[in-house]
Order: sequence, then C-alpha cells, then structure tokens
Amino acid sequence: MIIRKIRGLFNHSVALVASLIMFIPVYLVVVNSLKTKVEASSMGAGLPTTLNWQNFAVVIERGKLLTAFGNSVLYAVGATLIGTTLAALAAYVLSRNRSRFNRFIYFFIIMGIAMPTNFVTLMKVMQLTHLINTQIGIILLYSATSIPFSVFLIYAFVGTLPRELDEAAIIDGCSPIRLFFSVIYPLLTPVLITAGVLNLLGIWNEFLLPLYYLNRSAYWPMTLAVYNFFGQFESDWSLVSADILLTILPVIIVYLFAQRFILSGMTAGSVKG
Amino acid sequence: MKARTYPFYFAGGALALYLIFFVIPSIMGIFYAFTDWNSYSTEVNFIGLNNFRTIFSSGAGQNYLHFIRNTIIFTITTIFLKTAIALGLALLLTGGIKRLSYFHRVVMYLPAVLPILVVSLVFKSILNPATGLLNTFLRNIGLDFLAQRWLVDIHLALPSVIAVDTWRGVGYIMVILIAGLMAIPDEYYEAASIDGASGLDSFWHITIPLLMPVLTVTTVLNLLYGLKVFDIVFVLTNGGPGRATDTVYTAIFDEFSKGRYGMATTLSTLLFFIMIILGYFVIRLMHRETEG
Repeated sequence: MIIRKIRGLFNHSVALVASLIMFIPVYLVVVNSLKTKVEASSMGAGLPTTLNWQNFAVVIERGKLLTAFGNSVLYAVGATLIGTTLAALAAYVLSRNRSRFNRFIYFFIIMGIAMPTNFVTLMKVMQLTHLINTQIGIILLYSATSIPFSVFLIYAFVGTLPRELDEAAIIDGCSPIRLFFSVIYPLLTPVLITAGVLNLLGIWNEFLLPLYYLNRSAYWPMTLAVYNFFGQFESDWSLVSADILLTILPVIIVYLFAQRFILSGMTAGSVKG
Repeated sequence: MKARTYPFYFAGGALALYLIFFVIPSIMGIFYAFTDWNSYSTEVNFIGLNNFRTIFSSGAGQNYLHFIRNTIIFTITTIFLKTAIALGLALLLTGGIKRLSYFHRVVMYLPAVLPILVVSLVFKSILNPATGLLNTFLRNIGLDFLAQRWLVDIHLALPSVIAVDTWRGVGYIMVILIAGLMAIPDEYYEAASIDGASGLDSFWHITIPLLMPVLTVTTVLNLLYGLKVFDIVFVLTNGGPGRATDTVYTAIFDEFSKGRYGMATTLSTLLFFIMIILGYFVIRLMHRETEG
C-alpha cells in the first residue's frame, strides 16, 4: 500500500516536472514582457518588480505589429479557406470514385507530404507567374502547401460517409455541385475543423516563405516581423518578449479552444483503430 | 455514372496549385541541377554532373558532405530521443497517473503549436553561456562544471540544437503514442497478469509489438521532419559556430543567398530524390493502415 502511494507520488512528480519544463519558455516570455529593459536583460525567471504594460504599446508601434497582425490573419485565414475547400473537393471525388486513374492522382497528391520545397526554382515560378512579392501569391503558396496533408485527412473521412446519401440526393435531382455543398460539406465539418485548425496554426507559425518571397516589410506577417524586430532590438529582451507574446497569444487561444480537434486530428492521421 | 456524379474537375483546383507550386519547381530543379545558374550572369550553361561532383568531393572549400552528415546525425538522434522520451511520458500519462492526465497532455503538446521561430529565440536566451537561465540555474545549485558554452562551443552546438528540437517535438509524438496505447485492449494485460507476467514482460511482449505500427508512423514523421530541418537551426545558430551546425536546408539557403542558384538547386534535388523514395514507402505504409 505504501509502496503504491510512493509510486503514485513519484509518477505525479515526474509528470509535473515534465509539464513545467514544457511550459518554461512561455512563462519566461510572459514575465519578461512586463519587466524593464535592465531587469529583463538576462531573460531571468524572476517576477517583474514593476508591471511595464507600456512595453506592449512600444512594440505594437515600433514593430508595426498591427499591419503584421492584419497580414498574418489575411494569409492564415485566406490560405486555410482556399486550401481546405479545394482539398475537400479533391478528396471527395477521389475517395468516391476510386478508379485506377483517381487512385494514382490521390497518391500523387499525398506524395507532397514528403516532398521538399525547392525554394530556388519556386522563386523562378513565382517570378514567371508575377506572384512574387504579392499577397495573393503568398496566399496561393500557403494554400498549396496545405493541400497534400488536408487531402490525406479528408479522404479517409469521406470514406466513412454512407454512399446512400449521395444516391438519394441524385435521385432527388441534385446536381454534383449541390450534392457536395449542401449534403457532403456539412457532414465533413469535424474533419474540416481539424484540417483547418492545423493549417491555420501552421501558416501562422511559418516564416520561411515570406522570408524568401515577400521583400516589402508592409507585407510581412507576425513571425517575420518578430524576426526582424529581434534583429533590431536584440539587447532588449523586455520588448522582444512583448513582441513574442503578442505573436503567440492568438496561437495559444486557438489551441486551447480547439485542442480536442487538434489532438484528435493528429491521431486520426496516424492511428487507425 | 460515377464520373458524372463525381466529376474530376472537382479535383482540378487542388491539383493545379499542387502542380504549380510543388511539382513543377521540383522538376525544374532537376534540370537546373546540371547548370551553373547564378545571380552574377544571365547566362545559364549546362555543366553536366559538376555540381554533384562538388558535393561528393569535399575539396572545393565547401564541405557539403559535412552538412549531409549533420542532417543525418540530427535526424537519427532526434528520432531516438523523441521516441524514447515520448514513449516514457505516454506510458506515464496512460497508466502511471489518472488524475490531471489530460491537463499534462495539453501542456506537453503546447511546444508543438508554438512557432519554431519563437521557440528558438527564447532558447537562444536560455542557453546564453553568461546570462542564460540554464547556466544560472546550474551555477546556483553548485553544478558549475555543467555550465557550458552551449550554442557557441563547436562540439556542443549540434547537441544543443538537437536537445532544443527534442524539447519542441516530444509532446507531438507523445500525443500520437498515447492514442496508440489507448487502442490496445485492457484484456491483454489482464490475461498476462493472470498468467503471472511482470510489468516489464507485458511491456516487451504486449505493448511494444502492438504499438509497432504507431511507432513506425512516428518514426516516419520524425524522419521527414529531420531531413528537412531548417527553422530551428537557422534561428538558434544560423549554421554556426563556423559551419558546425549547417544542415542540408540551411546550406541551400546559404547558397541561395550567395546567388549560387545551380548549387542550391542541386542540393534541393538530391533531397528531393531521397524524400520521394522515402515518400513512396510512407504512402505504402499509410495505405496499408487506412485499408486495414
């Protein structure tokens, strides 16, 4: 009995320590964002002696965070809507009509999960299509990057929807487009949320594509703005922390609201009951 | 009938974006890998296998094999570390403790949803040799000898990057493993314990074999991530000190920013072929999973 209690205590302590270690960086960012420049110079774990809320006002102004926030929302939401909808349309027909050719196309698309991006020749493609340094260009690019994994997730889900629905709708005189948007699309909601949230967070967090393909600072998303802000204010960790906190706050909020969908999506893709 | 109800043009949009932004650049890359394409001249000349020769003979002042070696070390080490730690935590959260298990899961997955950029910036300060939190902590508990020059020491830089990436990725792998563990029916363990099997016996003879498919998936995910690693290295060390932590992708970025497009695209193409071969096996694997 005692051994069992000690073991239970030990297990809880290990889990607690592990969780603490996972949480340290977020904690550091929060406490240091409120310190003065001198106090935050070593990015220490101590609590701030005075609460310097003005740090946030300073970074929003100097880091041009409002524009960056608008850009991030535009890219993440725009690309998620386009990418997830196109992926759903593709996954639906490929899953319903499994002809030899369609199966090949399905595998061809999900090959993109493994395929690395060739940034150099992609630059050439972006120039040829006049999409370089444009916001629509980066949105289309992000939509494209989200497609292979979304098709993979949604394809498996479409397979679980009964075909009788389609047949009934067709007999009732539904056109293929109407069948998809008024019958299938609503039923896909759970998997669309999972794919959508994963894409949204992935795009929000990404900074490599804008680094290569957007050279106008007015088009930069939050991540790239933070990166450049860090370059300018490397010595001032209070401001950098405030900037970081404002960047990750939306991510953490979305994560906390949608964690069930995220955690289930991760497993739907990799574990089959 | 089927073709009329499920018209192929539905797949057209996704296919077009995928072709334009993924497939065409990759195929163009194969072509440009045989050229001296660069930013200094408008001419692009065919130079045969020269770029590949430069990569595989390290005399050209640039040690490309070194970047490939770093990438392989990074990939293999992170696969082992992430899988081992994630499995330990997953077992703890599914069997060891009941209360607060979901809370711990949410916290431990958190690093995986944070931008890698942010994680790397914060760890850059934590690992600062003079003022960083880690060394301050080690000195305060009297372990001064452990306080190292983490990202600055040429021998410790790569292990430090690997450690940070393990921290970042372990929660993600853990969540997948937890789902795998929960799919194993309890009856197996009950039967084993009636037959007198110890906890360790059950682990080796029930948990590991039944978890194998899931472990394969996590290994594949870690593998695909490791070979393409960029952000974390770029921000933590930018390939330094010297070029001690450069990986294939950071080397591509370096070649690209120096205007040596031909060389950059050759490295990309090399990675492309490796990933396509791996991708083929991954798809067969996932396919088997979804069908079964």
